[in-house]
Amino acid sequence: MQRVISLFTGRRLVIAAPYLFLLSFFLLPFLIVGKISVSEMEAVAFKDLITLSDGVLQLSLKFSNYVFLGQDSLYIKTYISSLQYAAATTVLCLFIGYPFAYFMARAKSSVQPVLLMLVMLPFWTSFLLRVYAWKGLLSEGGFVAELVIGLGLDQALAAAGLISSPGKLMNTPFSLVLGMTYTYLPFMILPLYANLAKMDLRLLEAAADLGASPWVAFWKITVPLSKAGIIAGAMLVFIPCVGEYVIPELLGGPETLMIGRVIWDEFFSNNDWPMASTVAVVMILLIIVPLAVFNKYQAEAQEGAK
Amino acid sequence: MKASRFNLWFGRAWLALGYTFLFLPIVALVVYSFNDSPLPNVWRGFTLKWYTSLLADSEIIAGLWLSLKIAFLTACGSVVLGTLAAFVLVKYKRFGGRTLFSGMVTAPLVMPEVVVGLSLLLMLVSVQRMLGFPERGMMTIWLGHLLLGMAYATVVVQSRLQDLNPQLEEAAMDLGARPQQVFWLVTLPMIAQSLASAWLLTFTISLDDVVLSNFLSGPGATTMPLVIFSRARLGLNPSVNAIAAITVAVVAIGVLVASYMIARAERQRTLDRAAAARA
Repeated sequence: MQRVISLFTGRRLVIAAPYLFLLSFFLLPFLIVGKISVSEMEAVAFKDLITLSDGVLQLSLKFSNYVFLGQDSLYIKTYISSLQYAAATTVLCLFIGYPFAYFMARAKSSVQPVLLMLVMLPFWTSFLLRVYAWKGLLSEGGFVAELVIGLGLDQALAAAGLISSPGKLMNTPFSLVLGMTYTYLPFMILPLYANLAKMDLRLLEAAADLGASPWVAFWKITVPLSKAGIIAGAMLVFIPCVGEYVIPELLGGPETLMIGRVIWDEFFSNNDWPMASTVAVVMILLIIVPLAVFNKYQAEAQEGAK
Repeated sequence: MKASRFNLWFGRAWLALGYTFLFLPIVALVVYSFNDSPLPNVWRGFTLKWYTSLLADSEIIAGLWLSLKIAFLTACGSVVLGTLAAFVLVKYKRFGGRTLFSGMVTAPLVMPEVVVGLSLLLMLVSVQRMLGFPERGMMTIWLGHLLLGMAYATVVVQSRLQDLNPQLEEAAMDLGARPQQVFWLVTLPMIAQSLASAWLLTFTISLDDVVLSNFLSGPGATTMPLVIFSRARLGLNPSVNAIAAITVAVVAIGVLVASYMIARAERQRTLDRAAAARA
């Protein structure tokens, strides 16, 4: 009996410690952001949402920030362009990362640990420094800039509207998307590799026996089976990219609008806390659907792993 | 047969290009850290002057010291909280609010840091207005990093806990070990390696963070990434290249040592197994 009781309280304690930490430092702050986004800003403090004066309980919610957000075309444009840049980055990461993860998973099993370690290695060196390195590579006279211009690719980029004029690669949508693709590529490769390495290769043999060409077998068997990996990778790239701040600040330009920068500027430059909160709340609402999808597939992958 | 040979070479080329893409910026940073020219893109000969000037750079030294302290505390705290959270997720399949818990644990992994930083700061400010503390500084940065580090540590430890053979723990229970003893004597030694990698991972994450640190830092608490970021924002700066090269060297040595130790442990295990088979 004693043992049952001690187990019970021990169990409660083990659950309570991380639970309380997350409730008070993750969930509660979000609720506060929500509250501040509808608060009236007074001289130094926020007006309380609920006030009791002359025996009248008053609830004052100020939705003007949200109305303003909906009417101001610059905010709307920024949200849309953030989503576009994040989507472009996700597509590029998938395009580079899927064949990469595929060939990694089909390499000799003796070299696979080395290949995997090489993908993780950049993780261990500073993200900030690696993004900064692109600034040097892409600015005038930089190695990659010379290469791109030497190959004449800048004409094509300019024609596609990714850079404003040929020869200038930095602080453009091109440098921003390149930087984000570079940073988030491992987040696409790792879940895809984990998925593709587990695949039962006998299925491909069976397909070949039944007369499918390797190309057909790839599209009809390998790709559908790696769906969970594709979705997990895409979400791991897409969601953080929408709110990215450091990369747009270092590699983007004045015309590359990103919502993370708007929150930062509203907060640090304009000191408009309610507006910063409003922008943040709307951003959370935008990414909550992809977040739920990610959680669902993450849970499924965990269950499947057992 | 022809198609598969094409496949082989196409695959190798794709991997080679991919790794070039991943490592090019790192190599460039190291090379240009030895560049004599103050213009980072013009090579003018070999020098070590950026390294020596780094030693006299009090802003960097102070930032590095603060960053190391925060990273150490973050790594320790994250491993404790992450292990608890992973334990809860793997062992306790049923309790009230489990869905909310598992959602909250992984959310900081993907939640944009700007949002996490903003919300934590606004909460800290509210608390400060009510209670008069905490002052923003090292401790508040630590709190933010802990939230992020815990999420990563949980994922790492969780995947190891799931692979464990539950029969070992059951056997210990059957032999009369109390739950705590089972944890300290059986479970913990088996997940020790994942705890070590979670510690290292959260240490590097904390050492690298800009966004959370900027929201949560106070006067005088400027971490090294904040110093680097403010310099990088203004333009190219050779001292940043030197810092990068040192980071790369430290990481490279760390990886070499770690892989040597793993290889040695592996060899020892094979030897033990062979000895056991002979006996």
